[in-house]
Amino acid sequence: MLMGAETKVIVQGITGHQGEYHAKSMLNSGTKVVAGVTPGRGGSNVQGVRVFDDVRTAVSDTGANASVVFVPARYALDAVLEAIEAGLRTVVVISEHVPQKDALIMIEYGRLKGCRILGPNCPGMTSSRYGKMGIMPSQIFKKGKTGVVSRSGTLTYEIVNALSEAGIGQSTCVGIGGDRIVGTSMLEVLEEFEADPDTDNIVLVGEIGGMAEEEAAQLIKNKISKPVVAYIAGRTAPPGKRMGHAGAIISRGAGTASSKIEALNEAGVRVAFLPTDVPGLL
Amino acid sequence: MLLEHSGKELFRRYGIPIPDGYLVRDPKDILPVTKPVVVKAQVQVGGRGKAGGIRFASNYEQAQKATQEILDLKISGKAVTSVLIEERLNVFREIYISITMDRSRRLPILMIIKQGGMDVESAPAEQVMTWTVHPFVGLSDYIAREAAADLQLDDAPTRQLSELLKRQWKLFWEMDCDLVEMNPLVQTADGRLIAADAKVVIDEDAAYRHPEIDFRELDRTPLEQEAHGKGLALVELDGNIGVLANGAGLTMATLDWLSSFDAKGRVFLDLGGTDDEKVVEEAMVLMAKATPKVILVNIFGGITKCDTVANGILAARNRLGVNIPIVVRIMGVNEEPAQLRLQQGGVVAFHDLDQACEKAASLSKEV
Repeated sequence: MLMGAETKVIVQGITGHQGEYHAKSMLNSGTKVVAGVTPGRGGSNVQGVRVFDDVRTAVSDTGANASVVFVPARYALDAVLEAIEAGLRTVVVISEHVPQKDALIMIEYGRLKGCRILGPNCPGMTSSRYGKMGIMPSQIFKKGKTGVVSRSGTLTYEIVNALSEAGIGQSTCVGIGGDRIVGTSMLEVLEEFEADPDTDNIVLVGEIGGMAEEEAAQLIKNKISKPVVAYIAGRTAPPGKRMGHAGAIISRGAGTASSKIEALNEAGVRVAFLPTDVPGLL
Repeated sequence: MLLEHSGKELFRRYGIPIPDGYLVRDPKDILPVTKPVVVKAQVQVGGRGKAGGIRFASNYEQAQKATQEILDLKISGKAVTSVLIEERLNVFREIYISITMDRSRRLPILMIIKQGGMDVESAPAEQVMTWTVHPFVGLSDYIAREAAADLQLDDAPTRQLSELLKRQWKLFWEMDCDLVEMNPLVQTADGRLIAADAKVVIDEDAAYRHPEIDFRELDRTPLEQEAHGKGLALVELDGNIGVLANGAGLTMATLDWLSSFDAKGRVFLDLGGTDDEKVVEEAMVLMAKATPKVILVNIFGGITKCDTVANGILAARNRLGVNIPIVVRIMGVNEEPAQLRLQQGGVVAFHDLDQACEKAASLSKEV
């Protein structure tokens, strides 16, 4: 899922503090990081990885087919468009505070060109077989057969850690990102887990706001045969501010913790009360 | 969300028809009233009509009285500081129109409801007309024709609607909007379409492209506003434990966790993905300003390293001399040096979140 034996990764923004730190961590987890890109810094070397001025040259020299983007939000759109145009198939956007309009353009242009976007504002993904693309801390993971999909970053680590401590390993863990517009939806990841021979059961980590969990519940009811356990953050959060009527017209009462928990329960999903209750429900 | 008058200023700039009007902060500034007017509280919360924030006046004295009365109001706990005085439209019908971002379809959508006004959110689904608007294509004329057919508009208003929708879309896209809503869009007795209200939400992540826009949210508390100015997400709550964690999901989960010990948060404070001890120190200082009975810090270290947080906590405590008890749960990257430093600094640090929540909850209940 998202990564395979053939995945060769570029790190865009590798000469920055975060880019370098996580390039090293990705290499340590066994990921094939074949190139870095920072305009104007071509020819240098970071953590033993060659740095190029542009993605096109990096691709033609190394055969890279995926990228992880660490550039600041206001340059993220340009970096992603460059990656899409260079023919990459998967782009993971770590950058946070990317304007929604820029996210929309990168996702739609990617769709047009056959490039899949994960994020923006996401921790990326970790695979038990092929390493990771992103910033998840490798030491909390354990090899196994549980797939994890989440909208959150650190809360996912909390739950993965609880799973590992309980002896439950993970096949793939995907952080889709917390922004309103993201390139890869919870639904797509659930369908991939269903088809993935390495995954036996699924943990869904959601939070209040939006309708992703309600839609996931619908999908689980109709299409997912593997067992699913969920955790929803924000049960005790006060109701958010209302911004015009459009959100309410679209969501029609969905979006609260209770609406999500109810929808998931109805689809046969057990919902944990605390993150540490997740392993016991699997 | 922009105040109505700022939203209408954008409407004017984009050529969307709005009523004649002006902003007033003092009843003395009211101009002579030559035709009926409506006086509208400028607030960012919904339900102002039901709260008495919209009044009609036919002469100068009435307008002054209405203005003074509205300026004396508190709507959802917030003082009203300005009113918009506008010509009163001769309403034939009220329509609801908005363009917003649909998270599920991951595209902007245009929504139109024949019967605008209050309670549109409970309009039956079949009465909501929707069209996705692909940004690579824009809003095409056929959408206006379909909408006009549904709304049973004649030729002239159909052309007006077509023009208005294109301008609304242009505003939505160029200004990085999350919402451009007209509720109602009024069709006047003489057939003109005029946006009687304006709700515009601009994406704050795009604020750097729009330096002229005032992004202040008036419904934030002063402390929330102060935190926002420092790039920290802080929300004041009605319990007594100040919760500081890294990541919004984890912060919410920590508050939920406290509820299993019958304890409640006073503050939600998300550190985000910082690894700067100055930011942690600043966050702790903000937290202390809310005077919670206990501060609970929950860190799952990754990008944010545990020892960075430990240093920030101790620096804040030394700077403030705070005597608010601090309970820390800390694990992840660089956990051991962090635990050691906190212990040396006399701060209780747990590895287990359940224990930390229990401790914080029991401290919060001490008399």
